[in-house]
Amino acid sequence: MENRFFVDSEYLSPETLAKKHRLEADPSFRMNHMEYLPGMEVIESDVCENVMAQMNSYDYSKYTSADVKAALEHDTCSLEDFKALLSPAAEPFLEQMAQRARLETGKHFGNTVYLFTPLYIANYCENYCVYCGFNCYNHIKRMKLSMEQIEKEMNVIADSGMEEILILTGESRGKSDVKYIGEACKLARKYFRMVGLEIYPVNTDEYKYLHECGADYVTVFQETYDTDKYEQLHLLGHKRVWPYRFDAQERALRGGMRGVAFSALLGLSDFRKDALASALHVYYLQRKYPHAEMSLSCPRLRPIINNDKINPLDVHEKQLCQVLCAYRIFLPFVGITVSSRESSEFRNGIVKIAATKVSAGVSTGIGDHESKYTGKETDEVQGDEQFEIDDDRSLDKMYQDMAEEGLQPVLNDYIYV
Amino acid sequence: MNNDKLVIGGYEFNSRFILGSGKYSMKLIEAAVKDAGAEIITLAVRRANTKEQESILDYIPEGITLLPNTSGARNAEEAVRIARLARELGCGKFVKIEIMRDSKYLLPDNQETIKATEILAKEGFVVMPYMYPDLNVARDLVNAGAASVMPLASPIGSNKGLATKEFIQILIDEIDLPIIVDAGIGRPSQACEAMEMGAAAIMANTALATAGNIQMMASAFKDAIEAGRKAYLSGLGRVLMRGASASDPLTGFLRD
Repeated sequence: MENRFFVDSEYLSPETLAKKHRLEADPSFRMNHMEYLPGMEVIESDVCENVMAQMNSYDYSKYTSADVKAALEHDTCSLEDFKALLSPAAEPFLEQMAQRARLETGKHFGNTVYLFTPLYIANYCENYCVYCGFNCYNHIKRMKLSMEQIEKEMNVIADSGMEEILILTGESRGKSDVKYIGEACKLARKYFRMVGLEIYPVNTDEYKYLHECGADYVTVFQETYDTDKYEQLHLLGHKRVWPYRFDAQERALRGGMRGVAFSALLGLSDFRKDALASALHVYYLQRKYPHAEMSLSCPRLRPIINNDKINPLDVHEKQLCQVLCAYRIFLPFVGITVSSRESSEFRNGIVKIAATKVSAGVSTGIGDHESKYTGKETDEVQGDEQFEIDDDRSLDKMYQDMAEEGLQPVLNDYIYV
Repeated sequence: MNNDKLVIGGYEFNSRFILGSGKYSMKLIEAAVKDAGAEIITLAVRRANTKEQESILDYIPEGITLLPNTSGARNAEEAVRIARLARELGCGKFVKIEIMRDSKYLLPDNQETIKATEILAKEGFVVMPYMYPDLNVARDLVNAGAASVMPLASPIGSNKGLATKEFIQILIDEIDLPIIVDAGIGRPSQACEAMEMGAAAIMANTALATAGNIQMMASAFKDAIEAGRKAYLSGLGRVLMRGASASDPLTGFLRD
């Protein structure tokens, strides 16, 4: 069953609605998603070519249980081994994969688990990505926090004990420009030991500026590496330009960021191919920038405001676990983040196998930390959420739960040098 | 054996087991220190640089020497800055230099390590550099003022044992500072073997962190390290490896 993404808001004008419908129905009405827009930096890189060549030739149906067994026996996991571990033939070997993944995680990370929280500072968006709650045609409460409001939010979060923060915005250069985000980073450095960013992709010099403002880690989700599918899901806005997004991590590293994070949104397209491409995106960039820290996330589609029927299709928990184990075995050194999109049961289990980082005290809304953290009623305006979360544990609860699972929660493992 | 001390930068230690701390639960650290009989415990400055609810410093028993490390540093300049921060945090004058510009294998950058050693030794630190076992680099580290040399046995966290055995032996034979085998030691038997070769001490972290019973493994390492040390002191270690002598002496023809 396909997801039904198109929802018409009654608040849209007839002209806007007509444009929306035409974008949805008429591919020729949409701009070329492989063509850069003016101002978008083009860098020389062979990473994309390498990733896409592997993904396009990946036929997971050809792998057998013998390939999977061999992969699990090998000391180091080759690219072919990884492809076997991602294939349907590996599904009956999930427990063995988990055992191996656990070993690899232990070697590199011991029994630690890192905790962080996201902070959405604005939810304005200029894109029409059909599955996203922030999309420009979705009728939600829009908001952009002022510096005073951001500081208030950071205060509340820092008071909870959190030391690492991930600053997020909707993708609107107009409403949340680079300078605004930079100012937020400067504020964040006053309250947190580590500041990450998950914003629209920018040019190298802008990443450099944001790095100087205090950000040191950049997350960009490619959503799907299937460019045809990408074209059908990202109908309008700068995000539609697929290759500019693909090179974002490389530009961030060139801009001086210490680390970068990657992901496909599993459930948008063929998840095995997307998982392969995500891992190879890391693999090839790591070879080119061996000093950089890299991490992978593994979000699945979630329901959004005005469309509660969106779901991750064929990516059930078992498939997600398979992907994560395969990631871990192929890339033992990368961080793996599992977000609050997943249930507490899943997260408690997966941190013992492959994941190294989980969020806690999460809100994907804007300006609502005080009410969510303290239960205090507020008259202040709040912006709506990007998607529904599943695991709503506070930092204290998460810390305690992780410790009870026999893990050592770590709030900071980072030093600005 | 009672007079057999490990001397690093003029400081004496009875234990030859240096414990890592970054990979297991803090509540186990105290117990592990006791069962390992360790007197030195490493501490990642980037992890200690925290305001979190529980600080590792609360779990380290008195009388234990802290060995802050510079993990996270990608060059000499960053390592120097982290070492200075460690001193500001009150972590003492010891520092273990770790400089990696490879996030996959975490192999040390020897050239940058020499540079950082020179700067920090001049500033009065007791410098213990983590390095890839290379004789020329080890000599440069001696000249730069290192207090010990810490070659890796195999890639960090790999538990693969003495993959660089021959090269570590060369360092033991040629370098007058304590050679402390660091990284890759996965079993007590491997620790014992390194000690038989003449290593001055063993550092381990993952081997304990990934054990089923951390405390028992700490104790097993302690025993293995002591056994290896005794074997080395008793003079057997390398003699055995040379093979037995022939029953008819080759030099029997020589007259008095």
